[in-house]
Amino acid sequence: MTSKNTLKIKNLYAGTANKKIIKNLSLTIGSGEIHVIMGRNGCGKSTLLNVLMGHPKYETEKGQVLLNKKNISKLNPDEKAKFGLFMSFQHPVEIPGVPLTTFLRTAKNTITKKHSSPIEFLEEIKKYAKLLKMTDSQIERSINHGFSGGEKKKSEILQMSILKPKFALLDEIDSGLDIDALKAVATTIKESFKETKMGLLIITHYQRILNYITPDFVHIMDDGKIIKSGGKSLAKELEKNGYDKYISKK
Amino acid sequence: MAIPKRTKRLIDTTFGDYKFGFKSTVDNYFVSHKHLDESLVKEISEQKKEPSWMTDFRLKSLGIFNKKPLPTWGGDLSRINFNTLHYYIKPQDSTKTAWNKVDPNIKEAFDTLGVREAEKEFMAGLGAQFDSEVVYKSVQDALSKQGVIFDSTDNALRNHPELFKEYFGKIVPANDNKFAALNSAVWSGGTFIYVPKGVHIDLPLQAYFRINTESMGQFERTLIIADEDSSVHYIEGCTAPIYSSNSLHAAVVEIIVKKNAKVKYTTLQDWAHNIYNLVTKRSFVYENGEMIWVDCNMGSQLTMKYPAIYLLGKGAKGEVHSLAIASKNQHQDAGSKIIHGASNTSSLVSAKSISKDGGRSSYRGLLKVNKGAKNIKSKVSCDALILDKISRSDTYPLMKIDEEDVSIAHEATVSKIGEEELFYLMSRGISEQEASSMIVNGFAEPIIKHLPMEYAIELNRLLELEMTGSVG
Repeated sequence: MTSKNTLKIKNLYAGTANKKIIKNLSLTIGSGEIHVIMGRNGCGKSTLLNVLMGHPKYETEKGQVLLNKKNISKLNPDEKAKFGLFMSFQHPVEIPGVPLTTFLRTAKNTITKKHSSPIEFLEEIKKYAKLLKMTDSQIERSINHGFSGGEKKKSEILQMSILKPKFALLDEIDSGLDIDALKAVATTIKESFKETKMGLLIITHYQRILNYITPDFVHIMDDGKIIKSGGKSLAKELEKNGYDKYISKK
Repeated sequence: MAIPKRTKRLIDTTFGDYKFGFKSTVDNYFVSHKHLDESLVKEISEQKKEPSWMTDFRLKSLGIFNKKPLPTWGGDLSRINFNTLHYYIKPQDSTKTAWNKVDPNIKEAFDTLGVREAEKEFMAGLGAQFDSEVVYKSVQDALSKQGVIFDSTDNALRNHPELFKEYFGKIVPANDNKFAALNSAVWSGGTFIYVPKGVHIDLPLQAYFRINTESMGQFERTLIIADEDSSVHYIEGCTAPIYSSNSLHAAVVEIIVKKNAKVKYTTLQDWAHNIYNLVTKRSFVYENGEMIWVDCNMGSQLTMKYPAIYLLGKGAKGEVHSLAIASKNQHQDAGSKIIHGASNTSSLVSAKSISKDGGRSSYRGLLKVNKGAKNIKSKVSCDALILDKISRSDTYPLMKIDEEDVSIAHEATVSKIGEEELFYLMSRGISEQEASSMIVNGFAEPIIKHLPMEYAIELNRLLELEMTGSVG
């Protein structure tokens, strides 16, 4: 299996030009670990993932993001992807005219620096598509073009499974999914996780995806930092009692 | 959301490169004077040894041109000086049917443009026009034996006078517009095609139009007649060198699609940025006939071109698929005209434009359903992609519907290459250049797919070159 990798966020401050959003956040994720971040709307969860992946809208003011001791915080998103970072988007964009498979094969070849055979590549896609209960016609379409919300989330996990990152950041992968789709998505994440021993950072509002994917750590985020960390029981407790115990009402 | 600064820089530094800008040195056979008057028109007609009816037609057309004002809509035409253009340059004595008879410098130009290589591989026939005259043409023997005529329009006037006279100027009359009148007065070169009844030409027939001389006016005239139950695909390519002064390309294209016939007309033009490209293209389509325009407009300073389809017989069909790319100091005013003049006719228009680096693209379309035409179906969609804040796109759709039994859909979208799309692709390991190029190619794909594979590859490559700046 691959050697142990670490993604270390050290005293990170980040935001837009006008607004500080991430304020002194630290978190370390190792290979084979599943971390979950929960928190109220607007606490900075999505921003954190976008900052980690290098969205041009955000600036890192202070702090470091280390992937195996390499500071990746200033790299462009494509370079981060080549170092093994992946993010599944909360709202994936549609790109008409670019077939999902062509794009994904280009991405895979770029990241792995290898030329995969089209036939093997297609077989690999079909393997995960089957797990995700995606049809052939869905795979043959342009990137997310005309996809429903649920289909887009499946496409994100298909991409993750093919690209096999060292660390995957999943932004509300469970929102907008029906019961069957949630199960297919969660099963595939788990399968991919087992295969690659990647580190996972999952943002969610709900306990239900955690019925399939058992987290090692659950973190509560508020006002741009982590205010409480615990085990899987913390998520269950939050589901039952809400955030009041940990976060003062605003 | 604004486009990221580094993408903007990338686009700024890479756009505007033009790969067909070379010049050829040619010892021309005849060069006319530059003053547009009756003596010039007579001189052209004399040089061509035309019958008197054509000389009269030309002179009458000049009169119409002189009377008509410049159009005030569309693009800015005010800087065209009609008395500084070369109206007629004959580069060699006649049209050749073997390349080794063509002036070596002209041959080299068509070599450089890749025209001769393409001829060997996937064409049923080729015509090559250099400035005013067709310098080379060839057609497969098998087609000639079937009665297919593929020649320069000048030769067709000499060799097939009756067929010529029956259709010439009937689809686009000289008084149609100022530039059709100008073309009618000084026309030279162009392609003449006649496809006999029941003949299907599998491979495309191609013509290549090259402007070489500075301040050139190129006025080719193309006439295609597809007789009943026949089919043909015609492809034209156009380029020119880069000069500081402007040239004018004002062609007229007339097409007759008879009962059950099918004509596909593909244009791939990448004019230098000093060319005014003002072209009138029109087709008449009869019962159950089908006309398809595939129109890819790159380059030029100003293009005004609206391929038209008159659906005149029951069950006739028409399609226009167009792609326009407007870069710095360029205005692409392109569109389509569809006239439903008979019942059970259908039309489809898909127009796409890309504006960048301050370029402007406009879609100008007319959709008309005449009184008495029942059960009409039409779909028009216009999509604009704007790559930066200083570029512009407009849509001017006009509909005149005089019947009730119609099904008409019209859609228009404007999109931008936003940082969200770039970020998404880049987050999968794809470089910014490649991501931009993917988005542009993806946008153009629905038009490109209508091109023959060899041309689709070439166009994709051109788009990629423009996006990456690796022009070689």
